[in-house]
Amino acid sequence: MIKLNGDPYEVAGPLTVAELLARLDIDSRRVAVEHNLAILKRDTLDRTTIADGDEIEIVNFVGGG
Amino acid sequence: MDTFTIAGKTFSSRLIVGTGKYSSPAVMVQAHEASGAEMITVAVRRVNLDRTKESLLDYIDTSKYFLLPNTAGCYTADEAVRTARLGREVGLSNWVKLEVIGDEKTLFPDNEALLEATRVLVREGFVVLPYTNDDPVVCRKLEEAGAAAVMPLGAPIGSGLGIQNTNNIRIIREFARVPVIVDAGVGTASDAALAMELGADGVLMNTAIAGAQEPIAMAEAMKLAVRAGRLAYLSGRIPRKMYANASSPVEGLVGR
Repeated sequence: MIKLNGDPYEVAGPLTVAELLARLDIDSRRVAVEHNLAILKRDTLDRTTIADGDEIEIVNFVGGG
Repeated sequence: MDTFTIAGKTFSSRLIVGTGKYSSPAVMVQAHEASGAEMITVAVRRVNLDRTKESLLDYIDTSKYFLLPNTAGCYTADEAVRTARLGREVGLSNWVKLEVIGDEKTLFPDNEALLEATRVLVREGFVVLPYTNDDPVVCRKLEEAGAAAVMPLGAPIGSGLGIQNTNNIRIIREFARVPVIVDAGVGTASDAALAMELGADGVLMNTAIAGAQEPIAMAEAMKLAVRAGRLAYLSGRIPRKMYANASSPVEGLVGR
C-alpha cells in the first residue's frame, strides 16, 4: 500500500514510478512526480522503485490564472 | 516594434491571459487566439486519476504559447516553492508566476511569505514573477530580492473592480527597473487600457475574458485595449485642465 495523491493505493509487489504511470495511463511527459517529497527528474522515473508506505504525488497543468 | 522583455525573453503582445474558468476547451483556444497573447498562465494540480486522458496541454500549442505556471492556492512560502518546483518539472521552464496568498476572502498576497519564496526561488535559478499588492515598497523589495518583474494587483483576483489605486500603479512604474505587469482586477477593456495608460508594461487577466458572456469577443477587446492604452501612454496625454479650451479658432466667426 502506498499513498498516491493523498489517498491509499494498492500496488502489487515492487514497481518503478514509470511502471506506475503506465498502469495509470499517464503520459510521463505531461506530469511531474514527487516521491517521498523529492521531485523526480523525468529521466529517473524508470530507475526509481516504489516501496510499501511510500508517498507519491503526480501533478500536471490545469486551467488557472 | 514596441516589444517588451522579461529576463531576456521578448514578447510583442503585452497581454498575458489565463486558462481557468472557460466553459469549454474550444472557447479557451479561440479566446487565446483572439487575445493575441503569447504567454498564458496555468495552475499546477494533482492529476485526476479517474480522467487521466484529459489534459489541458492537449489544447495548448506550446510552440506558439509560452506557459507560465502559477502557485495559485498556496498559503505558505514552502507550499509555493514546492509547487513552483513541480511546475518547472512539468513544463521544463524555470519561469513561475509566484502567488503566496494571505487571506482566503480577498486572496491578497502575504508579503512576507512572498518575499521569502522569491528569495528561495531566485537562488534556485527561477525567473520569478510575483503577484503582489499594489504597494511600491513591497514591489521594490521584490525587485531587490531578484524578481524578474513585479505584478501588482489592480483589484482582488476575479473581482472585476478595475484599477483601484491608479496612483500606486503609477508610482510602482516610476520606481521599478523591472517590468510592471498589472495582474488581477480587470473587469472590462477600459480597465486594461487604463493600466497601460498608467505605464504598466503588461496586463495579466483570466476571469475578465473567461467569465465574459462572449469570451472570444472580449479577448479581442482586451487585445485592442492593451494596444490602445500602450499607444496612449507612449503618445503623452494632454494635461488635465479645469476649464474649456476651444479646439476651433476664435477668429473669423461669421457675423462678428
